[in-house]
Amino acid sequence: MDPARRLGPAQIGVLTQLVVATVLLGGIYALISVGLTLIFGIMRVVNFAHGEFLMLGMYLAFWAFVAFTADPYFVVVVAIPLFFVVGLVVYGLVMRGVIHASHNVQIFTTVGLSTVLQNVALVAWSGDFRYVRPWHLSTVLRAGSTIFNLTQVVASLIAVALTLTLVAFMKWTHAGRVMRATAQDRDAATLMGIDTDRVYRLTFAIGIAAVGAAGVLVAPLYSVYPTAGLQFVLLSYVVVVLGGLGDMLGAMIGSLIVAAVEVAGSYLFGAAWKEIFYFILFILVLGFRPAGLFGQRGAGTLGV
Amino acid sequence: MLRLEGIDAFYGDLQALAKVSLEVRDGEIVALVGANAAGKSTTLRVISGLVSPRRGRVLLDDADLGGVPAYQRVDRGIVQVPEGRRLFPFMTVAENLLLGAHAERARGDRDRTLAHVYELFPVLGERRTQLAGSLSGGEQQMCAIGRALMARPRILMLDEPTLGLAPVLVARIFETVRTINSQGVTVLLVEQNVRQALTLAHRACVLESGRLVLEGQARELLGDDRLKRAYLGL
Ligand SMILES: Nc1ncnc2c1ncn2[C@@H]1O[C@H](COP(=O)(O)OP(=O)(O)OP(=O)(O)O)[C@@H](O)[C@H]1O
Ligand SMILES: [Mg+2]
Repeated sequence: MDPARRLGPAQIGVLTQLVVATVLLGGIYALISVGLTLIFGIMRVVNFAHGEFLMLGMYLAFWAFVAFTADPYFVVVVAIPLFFVVGLVVYGLVMRGVIHASHNVQIFTTVGLSTVLQNVALVAWSGDFRYVRPWHLSTVLRAGSTIFNLTQVVASLIAVALTLTLVAFMKWTHAGRVMRATAQDRDAATLMGIDTDRVYRLTFAIGIAAVGAAGVLVAPLYSVYPTAGLQFVLLSYVVVVLGGLGDMLGAMIGSLIVAAVEVAGSYLFGAAWKEIFYFILFILVLGFRPAGLFGQRGAGTLGV
Repeated sequence: MLRLEGIDAFYGDLQALAKVSLEVRDGEIVALVGANAAGKSTTLRVISGLVSPRRGRVLLDDADLGGVPAYQRVDRGIVQVPEGRRLFPFMTVAENLLLGAHAERARGDRDRTLAHVYELFPVLGERRTQLAGSLSGGEQQMCAIGRALMARPRILMLDEPTLGLAPVLVARIFETVRTINSQGVTVLLVEQNVRQALTLAHRACVLESGRLVLEGQARELLGDDRLKRAYLGL
């Protein structure tokens, strides 16, 4: 099941293999985490339902594959606008009412949303494990002594491309500037004529579009089931805290670190242990940042 | 013309303004003075829409701004430079200035206005790629004023623009305000430097504990005994 293992037999050039595995996995983790850090950085909301939107992306890939034998690479093109709209709707129905509420209220709300989405998936699609098996899953690529499969390479490339596009959007477009300005000083942004409620809506929709796209991309690499998002959401919290809350480039670096820990840990101790390593890393990170999850307020806010 | 009619404003239970009525006519510089916590900033926030009054009306050319959210008031030409400058600290000077031109009314002319702002404050041009948070106090104030000018204001509201600045910079800011006004921008100026503000302004209003206690020609107020005792230390 574990992608680090699936890359192929590690007889020769183990180290190269591990490095390649880390980079491939890190690229995907970056796309998963970047939406979380964006939403936190600008809205100051931790979206505990982040993993469930990933799960919905996986189901989208699954059903598109079952119904039309649609390749996840192409489904991702549809997923981005689709999840953008989902983000707009969820913002209007759920998030808008709590955006200025206390952290406790926000936590209850997004945890509640997460539970609702899991149960809707359970009722609609049952708890069965589902698999997406496009042709490229069995296509093996060789680079020197290293062997890995096409699905993961392309998924990772698309994920990295999308993440970099988002970073560039935040840094160089007027809309990106407007979003960062709102994060840094909401009242001052209002005094510039910026409609901050619209900025929050847009931010949430972009974050959900990113994680929805990530869900589609990872669907062939993992099994699809109603709580499939949980395994990713834990690591994305580690990534986001590691990279600095609200720091998108930090999230990309954090993704590589988490991927390296997972790949090395799986190789040395077996894949079953990987969650232990996330937890240890998480505790270490929080230990070195005693202010914890909400203590980083303002630091480099979306300086990008 | 901008007019406030019988404004009452609250923060929770605390009343910050009581029955405040005042007028700012086109082309004027109006100084708004008063002690700490008198309600000067609150008056500006009521005009810009950041604070909604519990009673009373804000009128721009006889149009009630009551239902107009703060961000839309910028498009009507009402632009506030907030107390403490409130730049976007992790963004460059140029980015801050460009954000000033977010409003519809300013977008088309953005590049021309930017050139004008760099002309008015050459130091901002030199520092355009520097983070706003790293500027000195005087430069930050120039950047805040420049950012507001980017919106092409009709009425510019300045909240204590000279606070914490060295005397030479204070004079520089006052001179800039006069220049901006001479180019056709109406100015509502909140100031601690009462004497200089009254020398610059056409008219002035004095707030005391949320109430308007004096109003008149700035020159006449300069000679007013009550004002002299309270603010000019004479
Ligand atoms: N955000 C706020 N929340 C609660 N009370 C506030 C807030 N802002 C101002 N106040 C209170 O409202 C009153 C008026 O404040 P305001 O800031 O308008 O005064 P000011 O004349 O601008 O004073 P200063 O010279 O200190 O800037 C004060 O008693 C102040 O403590
Ligand atoms: Mg004030």
